[in-house]
Amino acid sequence: MARLWRPLLGVMDLSSISGVLAAEPGGGEGTGMHMPSIDELYPEPFWRIGTWFEFNRLDLVRLIAIGAVVLLVYLGARRTRMVPGRGQSTFELAVGFVHHQIAETAMPPAMARRYLPFIAWIFFSVLALNLTGVIPFLNVSSNALVAVPMILAVCAWIAFVAQGIRAHGAGHYFADALFPKGAPKIMYALLTPIELLSTFILRPVTLCVRLMANMIAGHFLLTAFFMMTSYLFLQASGLVKTVGILTSAASLVFVLFEIFVACLQAYIFALLTSVYIGLAKEEH
Amino acid sequence: MDLLAAISGNLNTIGYGLAAIGPGIGVGILVGKTQEAIARQPELRGSLMGTMFVGAGLAEALALFGLVVGFIWN
Repeated sequence: MARLWRPLLGVMDLSSISGVLAAEPGGGEGTGMHMPSIDELYPEPFWRIGTWFEFNRLDLVRLIAIGAVVLLVYLGARRTRMVPGRGQSTFELAVGFVHHQIAETAMPPAMARRYLPFIAWIFFSVLALNLTGVIPFLNVSSNALVAVPMILAVCAWIAFVAQGIRAHGAGHYFADALFPKGAPKIMYALLTPIELLSTFILRPVTLCVRLMANMIAGHFLLTAFFMMTSYLFLQASGLVKTVGILTSAASLVFVLFEIFVACLQAYIFALLTSVYIGLAKEEH
Repeated sequence: MDLLAAISGNLNTIGYGLAAIGPGIGVGILVGKTQEAIARQPELRGSLMGTMFVGAGLAEALALFGLVVGFIWN
């Protein structure tokens, strides 16, 4: 177990942000500014090394985030009553947001109710995994790797195709989606590949890449500013140090911005999933 | 041959800069139009903001593709 927790406690060695601090304690021989690179998202595994289930820092962060969601949902929904307590009403507020602001804006009420667990699952998972990017000592969002966004996007893809097949039957659904009505026959040579690409391939791909790229960009942005601050304070000379005040203020602003982005991406992922499911129902 | 100018480094950064132009314009138009719409009908603020965020997500994705592609062909 100790091996499991070491990377979290010994975050000074492993976290990208304090990497500079650990490497140059007290600003001895400065090696210049160290800028973030994509390799940081692939840290060395520290558990089950050499097996298929290698466990690295990002997996640990992922487990912590999902554990937090499970715990919060358990605490919120443990004893549901007609007159909710504080915990339950907060939980109801969150689920109500997903229900009314996300699911119901994209599909009819009965359907929104049926899909609420799925949409809420997507929303809270994405939100929790995104927010680890700004939580101190975790400092990385595991959504910056393709795995989780891809799985969520594939689930969304299966959900809207299944909804379309259920609502119209397989033949009708694919025929309507690939051969839009009202177009002259000859145009199908052009339209069908475009529809195939945009509906069945680009939708899940954009869902996945949007989330992943946002998290990569956010991680680099924050790391770059933290590292610049650390470099300026510890290694720069004389008056240049004062620029560090500026970059540390900017990093604070960007942390707030990243919190906004984390919530926005969770909202967009959940909303687009419900929009796609709603469209699959409507297409005819 | 005399060398007049030399560039070192990676063109990917310039590529990403180019990739960010279009989505930048797109998000600008989007937010501006939403502002206009909210000014005309403040009571629709909620739903307008919702669709604006979705549109911003779609436009922004293009810029982020640029970021990802820059890493793929590094």
